[in-house]
Amino acid sequence: MLLIPCPYCGMERPEIEFRNGGEAHIARPADPAATSDAEWAEYLFFRQNPKGVIAERWRHVSGCGRFFNSLRDTVSDRILAVYKAGEPRPDVPPEVSLRA
Amino acid sequence: MRFSFFNVARQALAHNEGWPEQWRSPEPRPSYDAVIVGAGGHGLATAYYMAKEHGLTKIAVLEKGWLGGGNTGRNTTILRSNYLWEESAALYEHALKLWEGLSQELNYNVMYSPRGVMMLAHNIHDVQVAKRHIHANRLAGVDNEWLTPEGAKAFCPILNIARDMRYPIMGAALQRRGGTARHDAVAWGYARAASERGVDIIENCEVKAIRRSADGAVAAVETTRGEIATKKIAVVAAGHTSVVTGMAGVRMPLESYPLQALVSEPVKPAMPCVVMSNTIHAYMSQSDKGEMVIGAGTDAYVSYSQAGGLHIANHTLEAICELFPTVRRLRMLRNWGGVVDVTPDRSPIIGLTPVPGLFVNCGWGTGGFKATPGSGHVFAHTVARGEPHPLAAPFTLDRFRTGRLIDEAAAAAVAH
Repeated sequence: MLLIPCPYCGMERPEIEFRNGGEAHIARPADPAATSDAEWAEYLFFRQNPKGVIAERWRHVSGCGRFFNSLRDTVSDRILAVYKAGEPRPDVPPEVSLRA
Repeated sequence: MRFSFFNVARQALAHNEGWPEQWRSPEPRPSYDAVIVGAGGHGLATAYYMAKEHGLTKIAVLEKGWLGGGNTGRNTTILRSNYLWEESAALYEHALKLWEGLSQELNYNVMYSPRGVMMLAHNIHDVQVAKRHIHANRLAGVDNEWLTPEGAKAFCPILNIARDMRYPIMGAALQRRGGTARHDAVAWGYARAASERGVDIIENCEVKAIRRSADGAVAAVETTRGEIATKKIAVVAAGHTSVVTGMAGVRMPLESYPLQALVSEPVKPAMPCVVMSNTIHAYMSQSDKGEMVIGAGTDAYVSYSQAGGLHIANHTLEAICELFPTVRRLRMLRNWGGVVDVTPDRSPIIGLTPVPGLFVNCGWGTGGFKATPGSGHVFAHTVARGEPHPLAAPFTLDRFRTGRLIDEAAAAAVAH
């Protein structure tokens, strides 16, 4: 089980307090009428699925209830950084990134 | 050497020291007509049917680890074809028909055991969904029948049908032709039969890059054992599919999750069938060794760790202990995980990609083992002819653009 540091609560809490929201930083197409089927498919279904660092969304459902993002290594499951919703993806220092 | 009564008797008299290796371990050649990435059940079955039915023998199967060491060696060995939609029922039923004759076909005992797969209903919604599946299956020519709680207990005597359970059993759907097979034997049997027909199976050979020619078509794979030229690459890499296709610049609608299983200490035969519960996330069968084989759900997030969270397994064991009170004091011997590639509609992707010469057979998610022979059979046709087999045609990558999804989330039977 992951121990996830919630950036709002400021403490590590067990994974069962959180709901995973999938890959982060996926923007809905701004002009739906002008968006092609292929672009909709890309938005809805296609994901990076990286073997390495993933940026993903979490919601602290059994805590503060707020959304935030994390960077996690999908091989070691080590969480490299957490940051609040709306903040840009941080650059992970190479010494903590296992496969940067 | 064929397995026959005569050969078994002769080798027994010679202290079983005369058996040859079951498959060759050749050095990779500089080029092949087709390269299959991944020597699991699906990849080896693909190679076998390409050699047998399409006359292609200059084929290599590349495996980064050891043969059958991925999800083929990690699954819970359940076979069934009771899927909802016509497209899926046809594909899985094709596989189940091949299972029935597979030991004879391969001259290798895959221990196919049609002991029955029973899927439990715990509430009104479950009953309605199960009956809908039964009617759809029967119209599609797939056997499936409805059992009362008493009928379910008669079929599986250790099942708890008490009315005061947290999730009481209101009935069950039974596919009698479903059952189990020996997972390792499937990989070994296909490897042996494919190798006999000239297919090169190359273990400890990881694909590191895919080279493409000026027109965009695939030209070669770079591996840890050197470069191999080929015009066709068939990716059958389960959880690592998007890693391999990414080498050719192809993005996939896949996410990879750890899926767990557990086995108990071995006990005498107590469990005559497979029992699955979609609603409370548990399924169990008993192996011929006597271990109770239990499947849990996937983790909630993308991971390649091959180890799921303990709370997921715990959740499943709570359900198992309520369904089968007699196993409460059994100790668990092993718990492991495999990385499964899950599509948005829980149906596989079999076919061509935007890159000429690059084929994929992936997205089997939490339930690919049951499809092994059918998957290999239709994918061999697809790769050899360069166009989808009729049964594979609905399962294109393009369906995510057109919207013709084949939603089997209810039939997948595993929480994810």
